[in-house]
Amino acid sequence: MSERNNYLTNGYGVRSWLLTVDHKRIAILYLVSITLMFFIGAAFAACLRLELATPQGDVFQPETYNKIFTMHGVFMVFFFLIPSIPAVLGNFLIPIMIGAKDLAFPKLNLLSWYLYIFGAAFTLYAMVSGGLDTGWTFYTPYSTAYSNTAVISTGLGIFIAGFSSILTGLNFIVTIHKMRAPGLTWFRLPLFVWAHYATSIIQVLGTPVIAVTVLMVAVERMLHLGFFDPALGGDPILFQHMFWFYSHPAVYIMILPAMGVISELVTAMTRKRVFGYEFIAASSLTIAVVGFLVWGHHMFVSGQSTYAGFVFSALSYLVAIPSAIKVFNWVATLYKGSVSWDAPMLYTIGFIGLFTIGGLTGLFCAALGLDLHIHDTYFIVAHFHYIMVGGSIMAYLGGMHFWWPKITGRMYPEWWARVSAAVIFIGFNLTFFPQFILGYLGMPRRYHAYPDEFQVLNVLSSAGASILGIGYLIPMFYFAWSMRYGPKAAPNPWKAKGLEWGIASPPPTENFESQPIVTEEAYAYAEPASKPAGGGGHGTPVPA
Amino acid sequence: MSAVASHAPSQDAPPRGLAHHFRDLDQQQSAATLGMWLFIAQEVMFFGGLFLAYTIYRSEYNDVFTIASHHLNVQMGAINTAVLICSSLTMAIAVHAAALGHRQQIVLFLILTILLGGVFLGVKVVEYKEKFDHHLVPGPHFSGHELKLEGDRERHAQIYYSLYFAMTGLHALHMIIGVPIILWIAWRAWRGEFSAAYNAPVELVGLYWHFVDIIWIFLFPLLYLIS
Amino acid sequence: MSATTQAAPAHPPEREGHHIVPLWIYFLVFAVLLLLTYVTVWVSHHDLGSPEILPDVRVHLNVIVAMLIAITKATLVVLFFMHVKYSPRLVQIVVGSSVIWLIILIGVTVSDYFSRGWLGNPGT
Repeated sequence: MSERNNYLTNGYGVRSWLLTVDHKRIAILYLVSITLMFFIGAAFAACLRLELATPQGDVFQPETYNKIFTMHGVFMVFFFLIPSIPAVLGNFLIPIMIGAKDLAFPKLNLLSWYLYIFGAAFTLYAMVSGGLDTGWTFYTPYSTAYSNTAVISTGLGIFIAGFSSILTGLNFIVTIHKMRAPGLTWFRLPLFVWAHYATSIIQVLGTPVIAVTVLMVAVERMLHLGFFDPALGGDPILFQHMFWFYSHPAVYIMILPAMGVISELVTAMTRKRVFGYEFIAASSLTIAVVGFLVWGHHMFVSGQSTYAGFVFSALSYLVAIPSAIKVFNWVATLYKGSVSWDAPMLYTIGFIGLFTIGGLTGLFCAALGLDLHIHDTYFIVAHFHYIMVGGSIMAYLGGMHFWWPKITGRMYPEWWARVSAAVIFIGFNLTFFPQFILGYLGMPRRYHAYPDEFQVLNVLSSAGASILGIGYLIPMFYFAWSMRYGPKAAPNPWKAKGLEWGIASPPPTENFESQPIVTEEAYAYAEPASKPAGGGGHGTPVPA
Repeated sequence: MSAVASHAPSQDAPPRGLAHHFRDLDQQQSAATLGMWLFIAQEVMFFGGLFLAYTIYRSEYNDVFTIASHHLNVQMGAINTAVLICSSLTMAIAVHAAALGHRQQIVLFLILTILLGGVFLGVKVVEYKEKFDHHLVPGPHFSGHELKLEGDRERHAQIYYSLYFAMTGLHALHMIIGVPIILWIAWRAWRGEFSAAYNAPVELVGLYWHFVDIIWIFLFPLLYLIS
Repeated sequence: MSATTQAAPAHPPEREGHHIVPLWIYFLVFAVLLLLTYVTVWVSHHDLGSPEILPDVRVHLNVIVAMLIAITKATLVVLFFMHVKYSPRLVQIVVGSSVIWLIILIGVTVSDYFSRGWLGNPGT
């Protein structure tokens, strides 16, 4: 490929990056920032597992341990998982996938990044000024009246980052509605786009509630008000309702984009039309809507009414169904597909297996009677890490590998990628599977010390964490290496369908030389024995 | 199915106000309007959290809320309600003028809107000062003395006033942010930037302002008219 | 550019979502809003009572009436001042969704408090 002007070479210097409105450059800005946040959150996790390798609390003070698991949660949830796929892959790909030049509001997109940075800065400041020890869940009245840590500054950081999320969601919804290429009807959209549309609905309608909740916590703390403090007439359960109204849908913000990635990977890496396209698209929307009706399953033991617990439990079972539909459809796509064993496919298969385990254990947690026993134990911790890490992060890595040639114009080294995928898979399971057993045996979460009989399982978990950490570090090295020394990538190294594969790698700033017109369904892979000319894109670019 | 390219090379220059990534002003305006409505949707949820807290505590502490509410000045609240409704009318007329391209009318009615907004904020300052003087501002100086409440009931009254200040304060903050924005749009209108073809900024600021009015339409009976 | 106003005012060609609402509608809505404000203040001075519609469930009619009036006022502002009556279906869906989501937030949370004691241990 000749050295044509692309979005990376179109302007040099700090100002051209920090004042860019190009969605692709903004995606790179996010990539750098969230990677940093990930490693900060991971460092806290390393400290946790270090402490938990021995039954006694012999590495950190108990108060310090509280800060460590809190900061681990805050950084990972708000500054890594929630933005990651939408802000990096979504920003980069959505305009291209729909045949547009940019998102609907490019400047708002840049503002979103600055808000993210601003929020991260507050939270980092909170970290260095002593940290937070309330748990990422900020439960009152401890957070409002008794904790002596950086509640307000962390809360402010989350508040600001929340608006980053809201504006990104708003941008995506308008873009997907208004800027699709001619011929690109809703049911021809890539499933990645459907997934982000559903995610954006959650971001717009859910995030403001945690924003106002965090604001109330901050004000209550500053002025000794009584919104959530029983000593002053307030109601801590009200806090939990308001907190979880967002924070449950937030987990769908974290998984829906991942599912969108997997839908893309499963079809591209098997060179087969995805099975049940409409079902996968509809299930994304269903998850987004029903996901707003189940938050009380975090509050079964809080003092919420038993009747409400019963209803929330039933609805939580309901919300598992669309997720299961996706898994069935992905597996059906794999069946008799031409499966390649490249890194994106390894991450995809890893996702399907691990997400299934996480999802099934979610049903255990949703059972009201069972949750009374496993609530606040390591069973819950294992459940959500299977989804968040075994699910979301695997999908994020799979997507990064899959689209890396498009984003950077270079191929990553495949052998190293497979090795790190395997290391991650092994490390992940070793870390988190023992935690199911620990939780079942009764080990509480957020404890820095535990009875001796739990040590073997904890040591396994900590050993797994070291392996997992190595697995996450390896790609940092080879991705960086590839940007300089990796072989230059063709426009369509995977021979995949999708508008992004019909343009250069890396793309030019304006994405398309001329407006593409879409004439095919999504994933219109040829049945064996016939092959469409071109092999890339599902549009017919019309020369100007 | 194939179609011709949608670019018309015969145009000399893009219409005024068209951003590079949009096809035409229609697409741009409809995107902008949808974007503003989504922003308003999230604002609904933002205020919604406070309305939820209000609902829970009003049902919990109904009699204290009633007593506390009686210490609000219903006349001032009613006047403010009328003022905001007037400002919504002037704003609607401004947007109407923008759609017709009547430059002077746009500016006039936007300025009127700002003035009415200023009246509202002025009345709120008077009300807040009154609360301050009577030790009804939540915080270290709060006292239920004026309400003849003490102990638990005094604390419940503080919750009422916390909600009062949080809700009206957040609302006032939205007005304080809105006024300079309207001023900016008025200035752009005066410079002749808007026409029948391009007037989305006026429409958008109108949507925002009407939303702020709607919040007050609910705040007034909930806070001032508890009987 | 100024349009001449005569017996048949010249409007720019109407595009989707660009319906021009006639001014008299605005004035009418304005009058109704002021009237409803007066009514809501008037009603607040009269106690309409608190009938018991179900065992242990009282509704305070003053609140209901006040809220119905507020909802009416808000609806008028949304439909006419904010042009939602003349807006594309998508905008109407966004407006409807925000109302529904607000109802979910408040309704479901309140139903927890409301259903305390229905099942299980007293007080839960």
